[in-house]
Amino acid sequence: MAEEKKLFKVTIDNITIDVEPGTSILNAARMIGGDVAPPAMCYYSKLKGSGGKCRTCLVEVAAGSTADPRPMPKLVASCRTNVMDGMVVKNITSERVIDARAGVVEFLLLNHPLDCPICDQAGECHLQDLGYDHGKEGTRYEFGRRTFHKHDLGPYIQLHMTRCILCYRCVFTADQLTNKRVHGVLDRGDHAEIATYIEKSLDNDFIGNVIDVCPVGALTDKTFRFKNRVWFLKPVDAHRDCPKCSGKVTLWNRGDEVYRVTARKDQWGEVEDWICNECRFDKKLTSDWVIEGPTKVSRQSVISQGHYVGVKRPKETLGEVLEGRKPRLLMDIHDVSEVNKPNIELSKIAGPAHSDDFSKK
Amino acid sequence: MGRKLLLEKAHVEGIRTYDVYRREGGYASVEKALKNMSPDQVTEEVKKSGLRGRGGAGFPTGMKWSFLAKPEGVPRYLVCNADESEPGTFKDRYLMEFIPHLLIEGLIVASYALGSSRTYIYIRGEYAWIPDILEQAIAEANANGWLGKNILGTGFDCQIYVQRGAGAYICGEETALIESLEGKRGNPRIKPPFPAVKGLWDCPTVVNNVETLAAVVPIINLGGEEYVKIGVGKSTGTKLISACGNINKPGVYEIDMTISVEEFIYSDEYCGGVPNGKKLKACIPGGSSVPILPANLLFKTAKGDTRMMNYESLSDGGFATGTMMGSGGFIVLDEDQCVVRHTLTLARFYRHESCGQCSPCREGTGWMEKILKNIEYGKGKMSDIDLLWDIQRKIEGNTICPLGDAAAWPVAAAIRHFRDEFEWHVLNPVESQQRNFGLAHYADPRPVPATA
Ligand SMILES: Cc1cc2nc3c(=O)[nH]c(=O)nc-3n(C[C@H](O)[C@H](O)[C@H](O)COP(=O)(O)O)c2cc1C
Ligand code: SF4
Ligand code: SF4
Ligand code: FES
Repeated sequence: MAEEKKLFKVTIDNITIDVEPGTSILNAARMIGGDVAPPAMCYYSKLKGSGGKCRTCLVEVAAGSTADPRPMPKLVASCRTNVMDGMVVKNITSERVIDARAGVVEFLLLNHPLDCPICDQAGECHLQDLGYDHGKEGTRYEFGRRTFHKHDLGPYIQLHMTRCILCYRCVFTADQLTNKRVHGVLDRGDHAEIATYIEKSLDNDFIGNVIDVCPVGALTDKTFRFKNRVWFLKPVDAHRDCPKCSGKVTLWNRGDEVYRVTARKDQWGEVEDWICNECRFDKKLTSDWVIEGPTKVSRQSVISQGHYVGVKRPKETLGEVLEGRKPRLLMDIHDVSEVNKPNIELSKIAGPAHSDDFSKK
Repeated sequence: MGRKLLLEKAHVEGIRTYDVYRREGGYASVEKALKNMSPDQVTEEVKKSGLRGRGGAGFPTGMKWSFLAKPEGVPRYLVCNADESEPGTFKDRYLMEFIPHLLIEGLIVASYALGSSRTYIYIRGEYAWIPDILEQAIAEANANGWLGKNILGTGFDCQIYVQRGAGAYICGEETALIESLEGKRGNPRIKPPFPAVKGLWDCPTVVNNVETLAAVVPIINLGGEEYVKIGVGKSTGTKLISACGNINKPGVYEIDMTISVEEFIYSDEYCGGVPNGKKLKACIPGGSSVPILPANLLFKTAKGDTRMMNYESLSDGGFATGTMMGSGGFIVLDEDQCVVRHTLTLARFYRHESCGQCSPCREGTGWMEKILKNIEYGKGKMSDIDLLWDIQRKIEGNTICPLGDAAAWPVAAAIRHFRDEFEWHVLNPVESQQRNFGLAHYADPRPVPATA
């Protein structure tokens, strides 16, 4: 008789699901999806040992398990805490979590240069998304921001240490994907930095993946530097026969021109298959690749703005979180205001809406 | 005069050498434990003694030992934490320097109880001269059959190794210590798993403080039940206190936890009072991480009871009106000291020592230091005080290791009890650069709430 696997029942923000023992709270929440999934800036499912550092994924455990229903006194990092049977977790339904998370976002942005206008990561930066979703409008920090002595990581990878959030993902990548790690963290505390020891450049077939795992613009593609804005490019899935890696990539095109090659990423922004440096940096002709079709882009992403093919609607969990109650619309602007002429359907206007379209005449 | 169990013989001429130490009754506990007791009986005795970890957290040692996982065929390790880097704490140094064999003896007994055949002493790098003392003691213990193969014919093998750290406070945190011992960067690990299950080289490991392990010697010699009788309640045995700051006789004292804080500061046997006839303003009784108390909460608890030098009494009132025993780093501040400046000094320390792994501690410690610097140098705003409070609140409890909490607590306690001194700095930017706030009302008797 096949032994039936016992599943654990876990309730996150009032939504209950069954997951296998050994699943982290974060991954359980991701199975539910939508807003219930905590933001994760350092955890990366493909990198062993990652997570626990950024503290954006903190959640409240309101009941430890059926066997021991006591709440956990501190908020826990959901990426590094496994579910127990009967656990009750509060993420967006916990005031404590929202407060602590706003604190973490503020800490992460404290020394960040906010140089998005000149940053190649803008538009696909997880810190931008995080700040937008969970941060406050302003900062209370009145001091000069941190600067670093510049390190050159070689011809392919650009390091902007000032933007780094020290998630350690690139260190794990260098450690786990390449055979000789020369990349790591030097110094400690708020003066800790990602670098190579004594200015060694990174020359390894798979080191380019550090660019894809970096949630911010600290590690970017030098061959794409300042070439274009990601939201002006169309991502298409493509592949080639590569002796070193899977050869499955996303090309970032404008017209027929390949501007950039990255690994394919899933809905959590994680690389699906690691790719080699040759695919990433040296194959920049359409003829190098077999095109499969447009990449599916999350509707939330700014990249979807120029590219409505293959856009996926994110899952809407609010109804369930509120246990069937409808979110209370405080004010429907269309009901009370005629300013925007509700009879005008934006989608029917040719080109972007203009003040002429709403003229009072 | 209180009873001494650890330092009683520390000043016998030549006690550092094996011959004198042995002549004074040394290594009796090893004989007793290895010949007459099973490892579990040793653990049981330590449990009975009520010994609490002397490294800071005060966790019951016997309980910690009994949590150690014991899977077949997997080595287990005992690691002695001699990283002692908490500002104000220098008791382990004293013990290791003056009576090193006591630690080695305790380590052998503890290793036997836990089944550790390779035991490590991880010592802070700045204690550069002590490894030699320890290694000498280890060599002597080896030469006399207390270490090595088949000790006392029991079949138990044990060796002790000394490893120096490289100068990081964070490597005193037990999992950072383990990482460092493994030759890696000293970042605390994310728990669980706890060292009792996966510690050094992923094997079950116990990390204990120097003083904790030394205390195992008198526990075995006297028996757990006798040990409990020294002390009160859950504060059993004796505790080393390293006293410093504005006192007449700074140094390391062994107390039996039945004396009051006032007596400890003013009696000639211990600190000998505050020099130059100055008045006492504040005190941090357990190392830099524990909350600072103003004089009027130091000698008497909020309920009006005399505050004693033991775990329970020092923490009476919680963080609102109490503090902690911590590691026993006793720092006394007289009326000439500035609490703002003092808090800034601590904030700088924690900012500098943060490992930088987790965002709240990495960023928050630096931010607190900068704001405190502004206030101290007359550039602060009233809103800065509330901001400091909010920052420490957002660090505390949200970090990987307790260094975050340790950075938050001193700031919180300083604002809680000395808010007017902070405000005075803000309101008197010029005057605050010329003189100190002074004693103010911090020693005035507090009204004791009437009890029904
Ligand atoms: C930042 C930090 C520094 C620490 N430093 C020390 C230290 O120097 N010595 C020590 O014994 N314990 C230190 N500890 C406590 C250890 O993590 C651990 O709790 C202790 O060694 C356990 O020993 P005990 O149970 O015998 O007290 C530190 C903890 C933290 C969070
Ligand atoms: S460079 Fe990027 S990936 Fe590496 S630690 Fe910094 S933020 Fe993380
Ligand atoms: S709390 Fe501070 S010292 Fe501890 S792991 Fe986090 S950053 Fe490092
Ligand atoms: S994602 Fe969990 S702590 Fe960073």
